[in-house]
Amino acid sequence: MTEKIPTKDVTPVDAGQHRKSPTTGGPQGELYAKRRHIYVKRVQGLFQKLRTGSNWVLMLAFFFGSFIPWGGRQAIFFDLPNRQFHIFSVTFFPHDFMLLAWLLIILAFVLFFVTNFAGRVWCGYTCPQFVWTWLYIWVEDKTEGSPNQRKKLDKQPLNTEKALRKGAKHFIWVLIALATAIAFLGYFSPILDLIPRILSFDLGPWELFWLGFFTFFTYLFAGWMREQVCIYMCPYARFQAVMFDKDTLIVSYDTARGEPRGARKKSDDPAAKGLGSCIDCDLCVQVCPVGIDIRNGLQYECVTCAACIDACDQVMDKMGYPRGLIRYTTEEELAGRTTKILRPRLIGYFIVLLAMLVAFSVALSNRIPVELEVLRDRNQLLRMTSDGMVENSYLIRIANMDQREHSYTLTLHGVDGVELQGAAVYTLAGGEVRQFPIQVIGNPAQLPGSPAVNIEIRLQSQQDPRIAASRESRFFIRSAR
Amino acid sequence: MTSQAMSGFWSLWISVITLGVIAFCWWLLYANRKTDKVPAANGEVETTGHAADGIEEYDNPLPRWWFIMFVITIVFGLVYLALYPGLGNYKGLLGWTSTGQWQDEMARAEERYAPIFQQYAQIDIRTLASDPAAMQVADRLYQNNCAVCHGSSARGAYGFPNLTDGNWLYGGDPEVIRDSIIFGRNGLMPAWVDMLGERGVDTMTHYVLGLSGLEHDAAKAEEAAPMYQAICSACHGVDGQGSAAMGLDSIGAPNLTANSWMYVQPGQSVYDSVAFTLRHGRNGLMPAQARYLDYGVELPNNLRSLSAQEKAELLPKVHLVTAYIYSLNQGK
Repeated sequence: MTEKIPTKDVTPVDAGQHRKSPTTGGPQGELYAKRRHIYVKRVQGLFQKLRTGSNWVLMLAFFFGSFIPWGGRQAIFFDLPNRQFHIFSVTFFPHDFMLLAWLLIILAFVLFFVTNFAGRVWCGYTCPQFVWTWLYIWVEDKTEGSPNQRKKLDKQPLNTEKALRKGAKHFIWVLIALATAIAFLGYFSPILDLIPRILSFDLGPWELFWLGFFTFFTYLFAGWMREQVCIYMCPYARFQAVMFDKDTLIVSYDTARGEPRGARKKSDDPAAKGLGSCIDCDLCVQVCPVGIDIRNGLQYECVTCAACIDACDQVMDKMGYPRGLIRYTTEEELAGRTTKILRPRLIGYFIVLLAMLVAFSVALSNRIPVELEVLRDRNQLLRMTSDGMVENSYLIRIANMDQREHSYTLTLHGVDGVELQGAAVYTLAGGEVRQFPIQVIGNPAQLPGSPAVNIEIRLQSQQDPRIAASRESRFFIRSAR
Repeated sequence: MTSQAMSGFWSLWISVITLGVIAFCWWLLYANRKTDKVPAANGEVETTGHAADGIEEYDNPLPRWWFIMFVITIVFGLVYLALYPGLGNYKGLLGWTSTGQWQDEMARAEERYAPIFQQYAQIDIRTLASDPAAMQVADRLYQNNCAVCHGSSARGAYGFPNLTDGNWLYGGDPEVIRDSIIFGRNGLMPAWVDMLGERGVDTMTHYVLGLSGLEHDAAKAEEAAPMYQAICSACHGVDGQGSAAMGLDSIGAPNLTANSWMYVQPGQSVYDSVAFTLRHGRNGLMPAQARYLDYGVELPNNLRSLSAQEKAELLPKVHLVTAYIYSLNQGK
C-alpha cells in the first residue's frame, strides 16, 4: 500500500466547547458525556405484559429455585468448599468443567441465533440488569409517584414528605437488594440453614462479604446505575451490532409514515396539513428507560424493551390512526423491501447451535460418573520379592462422582503373566474420593525381555456396568542398565 | 531471619529506587495534570505537533476519575510499604513475615484438628487399628510421611523393610513400633570378610540360604555351621530367628529363616546379595519421625521413660501411624 487511507474529519460539532482549557478560566475540557437523569414513565401494553410475564417467571425461578428439595438436600446446590455442584440428580465435579465450557459456548450461539433473528431480546426481556431495573422503577413509581411528580420532588428542598418518600423508596430498594443477595447466596450455602443464621446474625466472614457485595451492587446497579450499565459496562450491548443484519428485527420508527411530525387536533386531516402520522407527543421518549429518542433511528443504547411501541400504539389508537408507527420491523422492510427470514447466516447459526446441542446432550448422557487415577510410586521403580517375583506399587485414586454408593471391581489388562494384588473391590459412598495403594506382581522369567511393559488398569461398577474407567501405566520388569 | 538480611548498602539502594520511582510517578502525574495549549480566539486548539499518517493529537489531560485512580494507587503503594516489609531491611509496621503467616496457619490447623487426634490418642493401638475412619486418617499421614521410602503399599523397597509381612527387625509389638517411629533405628551389620575369609563368605552364604530353605550347597553350609554358631548367632540367634525373636528390641538383626531379603536388587540373586552383605556389611538408618509427624511438639528429655498413654497424648500422629503399621500386619 503506497497510498494513504483518505482521512475523514470526525471532529465533534461542539469541539470548541470541549476544548475550553482550565488555564483560560473556562470549564475544564470534559470529554465525557454528563449523565442526564432519566425519569422513566411507566406504560401499559402488549409488550409490557410480555415482559412483566417473563420477569415474573425469571424472578420466581431465581428467588425460589434454591428451595426445591431433592433427596435430602436442595436440588441446586453449588458446594464450593467440597467442589461439588449438585443440579438435581447429577453432581458435577471440577473434572467436568469442560461441560461448563461447552454449555457457555452453546449459550453464546443461542445468543447469536436469537440476536440475528430478533435483535436484543435478551436485553429487553430477560437480562437481570433490566429485570431488576424495572422492579426498582416500579417501586419508584409507587413511592414517589409519576415522572413529573418525581421531577418536582427532586427539585424541592428537603421536607418531611420528600424525606418520607425518598426514605421509603431506598428502604424498599435495599430490602429487594438484600433479598436478592440472600437468594443468590442460597445456591452456595443451604438456604434453609442460611435464613435462620442470617436472622440470628451468625454468618461466616465470606458469607457476610458476599451478602454485602450483592446487596450493594444490586442496589447500585438497579437503583442508581441502570442504563449506564448497559451503555458503558456491558460488552454484549456493544458487540450486538456484529450479529445484526438488514433482516434482523429491530424496534424502529417508520420515518416515511411519521414525518413530518407535528401537533394537530384529532379532527385534523394530517394529509391536508402536510403532516405525517407522528403527533410529536414525545411519549416514546418519556417511556424510554435508556433515554433515547427512537425516532432518531437505530441506536446502540436501545435494549428493545418495546416500551415506545406500547406508548405509541396507545396514541395511535386515540388518534384513530393505524398502529405500528413504532414497531418491530427490519431495515429491509423499512426500505420497502421484503424481509428474508431464512437467510444463510441465520441458518448457519441454527445448524451450529443444533450440532452443539446434540454433541452436548451426548456428552452429558455418556458422562461417566467415576474418575480413576493411577500414580506410580516415585521412590523405586520395582521391588524384588523373596520368591524372585517383581513387584510395582501404585497409588490409585477413585472419585465416585455419582450420588449413589458404588462397589468398583478393579482388573488388570494388557500383559499376560502379571497380576493385581490388593483388594479387588473398592466401595465408595456417593461423592467420595479416596486413594488406595495397590501392587502389580509378575514373574520376570515369563515376561518380555524389555525393561518395562504397558499395563491397563480398569475399574467397573458392580451396580452399573456402564460406569467404568480405565488408565494406562507402566510396569517395570527390570532395571535397564 | 537476620542471616538473610541485606547489607546496609543494598537495603538503602532498594529503598531509594522504590521511593524514587514512586516520587517520579507522582511528579509525572502532576506535571501532566494541565494542558499548556491555550485555545486561540476562534476556538482552534494547538495540537501536540505529533502526526502519524495525518492523524494529529490534542494535548488533553487525563480524565479526573482516571487521575484519581492513579493517586489512589500511589497512596495504596505508600501505605503498603509502610505496613509491610518492602523497603530493604525495614520490617513494616505490622511486623508481617511469611514465616509468621505460615505459623499462624499451622496454629489454626492445629486448633481445628488437635481434638480429633487427641480423641484417637485415647484409644488403645490394637483397637484403633480396626477403626476404618481412623485408619483413613492414618493412611494419609503414612502416604505423606512414610511412603516415599517404604512405598505407598508399605511393602518396602531395596534397603527399606517391608512393613506388611509380619516379619520384624525390632519386634511387632505396638509399643516397639511406636518407639521405632519416635526415635528411629540404626541397624548395623559389620563386614565379616576379614574374619571369615573368601571361602568363609561363600560357605556362610550357603548356610544362610539354607536357613530360609532356599536352594544351596549342603556341604558348604555344613562347613559354615560352627562359624555361624560362634559369630552370627550372637545377634541372629542360634536358629537364625533374628534378634527380635530373642526378645532383643534394639539390635535389629533380621530373621534369616523367613526368606525375606531387604537388599536384593532387581536382577540380583539372593546368593549375591547375602554374600555382599557378609563381605561389606550393611548400615540401615530409619530417621526419628516424631519431630516430623507431630511437628512443633516439644519433646521432653525423659521421652523414653514415658508410659504408652503419655506418649500417645504427646505424639498423637505417631500414635495413629503406629496403629496403621500395626493394622497392616494383622493376620500375618
